Amino acid sequence: MNLSKILKNAFLVVIFGLIVTACATKKSVKTTTESSTTTKAAETQKADPIEKLDALMQGDVYIGTDTVGELASGVPDRVFFATNETILTTASRETLRKQAAWLRQNSDVTVVVEGHADERGTREYNLALGERRANAAKDYLMTYGVSSDRIKVLSYGKERPVDSGSNPLSWSKNRRSVTVKAN
Amino acid sequence: MRNKLLLLFVFCFILKSNISYSLVEIDITRGNLDPLPISVSPFFADEISKEKIKKNLDVDNLGLEISKVIENNLRKTGLFDTLDKESFLQKPDIAHLKPRFEDWALIKSQVLITGKVTSKIINEKDYIRIEFKLWDVLGAKMVDGFSLTTVPTNWRRVGHKISDKVYERLTGESGYFDTRIIYVAEEGPKTQRVKKLAIMDQDGFNTKYLTLGNELVLTPRFNPTNQMVTYLSYFRNMPRVYLLDIETGKQEVVGDFPGMTFAPRFSPDGKKIIMSLAKDGNSEIWVRNLETNIQEKLTDHPSIDTSPSYSPDGKFITFNSDRSGYQQIYVMRSDGTKVKRISFGKGIYGTPVWSPRGDLIAFTKLHKGKFFIGVMRTDGTGERLLTENFYQEAPSWSPNGRIIIFYRETKTDEKGQGFSAKLWSIDLTGYNERLVSTETDASDPSWSSLLGN
Repeated sequence: MNLSKILKNAFLVVIFGLIVTACATKKSVKTTTESSTTTKAAETQKADPIEKLDALMQGDVYIGTDTVGELASGVPDRVFFATNETILTTASRETLRKQAAWLRQNSDVTVVVEGHADERGTREYNLALGERRANAAKDYLMTYGVSSDRIKVLSYGKERPVDSGSNPLSWSKNRRSVTVKAN
Repeated sequence: MRNKLLLLFVFCFILKSNISYSLVEIDITRGNLDPLPISVSPFFADEISKEKIKKNLDVDNLGLEISKVIENNLRKTGLFDTLDKESFLQKPDIAHLKPRFEDWALIKSQVLITGKVTSKIINEKDYIRIEFKLWDVLGAKMVDGFSLTTVPTNWRRVGHKISDKVYERLTGESGYFDTRIIYVAEEGPKTQRVKKLAIMDQDGFNTKYLTLGNELVLTPRFNPTNQMVTYLSYFRNMPRVYLLDIETGKQEVVGDFPGMTFAPRFSPDGKKIIMSLAKDGNSEIWVRNLETNIQEKLTDHPSIDTSPSYSPDGKFITFNSDRSGYQQIYVMRSDGTKVKRISFGKGIYGTPVWSPRGDLIAFTKLHKGKFFIGVMRTDGTGERLLTENFYQEAPSWSPNGRIIIFYRETKTDEKGQGFSAKLWSIDLTGYNERLVSTETDASDPSWSSLLGN
């Protein structure tokens, strides 16, 4: 990757960040502002079980580690979304940057980004929402240099929840996009 | 595994009453507050016919079974109070010949159905001939009836045809009993549901599975003009809209689209399919003409546009879109012009489905964490919520537009256990909510048109 390309990508990232921040402000969705929040949250969880839910969700975006698998060593496979939203949080972008970095190093790997929704929406709308979420992740990976022909998207709507609970925490785990190796 | 349907329905309307007006009438617009007492006498069969039918079908008393099919259909409408056969004073054969109306009035029956089953041989093949009569007890006269001849295995359908005739005669509306429901049969844990296409008679009998469950299938919908079905299949992990001929089992992908196609529905003439295409994070509504193979994009907006449904005259399409920020219901002309939002109540609105009568749109609404099935006029006025629950959606109309079938899912407990999905039906009046029995868990119901002959 040459310098101009890197600069271009960096520029895109800044723009993207601005857009995301703007959207987030407009729709008053809380996003994690620092990556350390996750760690802090995890500590709180251990210290005080009553605070558990707060520690696992920011707004209604899941920030815990339960259900999170690895695309590769040290590279989480999924990111989470707010209800009805497709905006990538700061933590999600960090995860996707790790995925992109790993994919750039392993250029023979192709992936499927699976988009999912929680059960609190109609089936057909959720299929569309899952597709939108998967594409949000795909676009971000492309911004970080993964070519589009290496990324397929597949929406499952609400058909494949990871958590079968009927409560806000379970739903937050199910609103996700998961990057899966395809070869 | 073709459900060999009907073959030879020789209709010969007999003894049609020359008085075209019955004294007994039901107003079905008011709900089921005062069900009409009705007696369905077991249909009579002579001994020779009985024996032959038993040999053919392994049914001891077909006449009784047919009367039960009719009774069950009528009772479930909520409009009829079907009286206990134990209380009947007159024997089936004599009642069919000439009822003693006093005997039926005595048990407070206002309407009486009688019938007769005879076995017949035509070209060395066994058939059954079924004759039925509808009697007005208070008016002391026969008001309708017919006879028909068919292969023995069609006996349940004969019961449905008679039910339709009775319903039509007494309510003035067309019936919906000789119909089928296609749905998605579900099994397994919530996180790994196995889903198959299934079809059954409207009353829950004769269930057949049309796919094996190897791939995820969703949202089957009948062609209103024939026995074709369109649905979404994840065959080879490529979610696409398919077309299935349930007579031959032949299936094919609909169209050639560069992304996921979903939410399919037929046009009223059965010649087109409208659906959504999701590509690059945007879902738009498309139509594909099955005769010309021309496909055309109807919406053009960066929001999610999905769940399209035609008006019965084919001139309009209703759909849901989140272009205003949240899912709401819209109506546009069928060429995609004049898009107009019609839902303005509190909450999120989805899955609009145009009534076969044309005057109403059924929908799913999410408000304050509850899901509702409701109806509104096609301009969005007159919203009426019929039922509320933890989760329910996907309304589908009975062919006469009187009943809505939908599916409902239960809330799981703290351990994530106790999930189920079932079909339910409710009258347009908001009364008579009923569980529709299915062999397995079920979702995404679609009601067929009347099957015809």
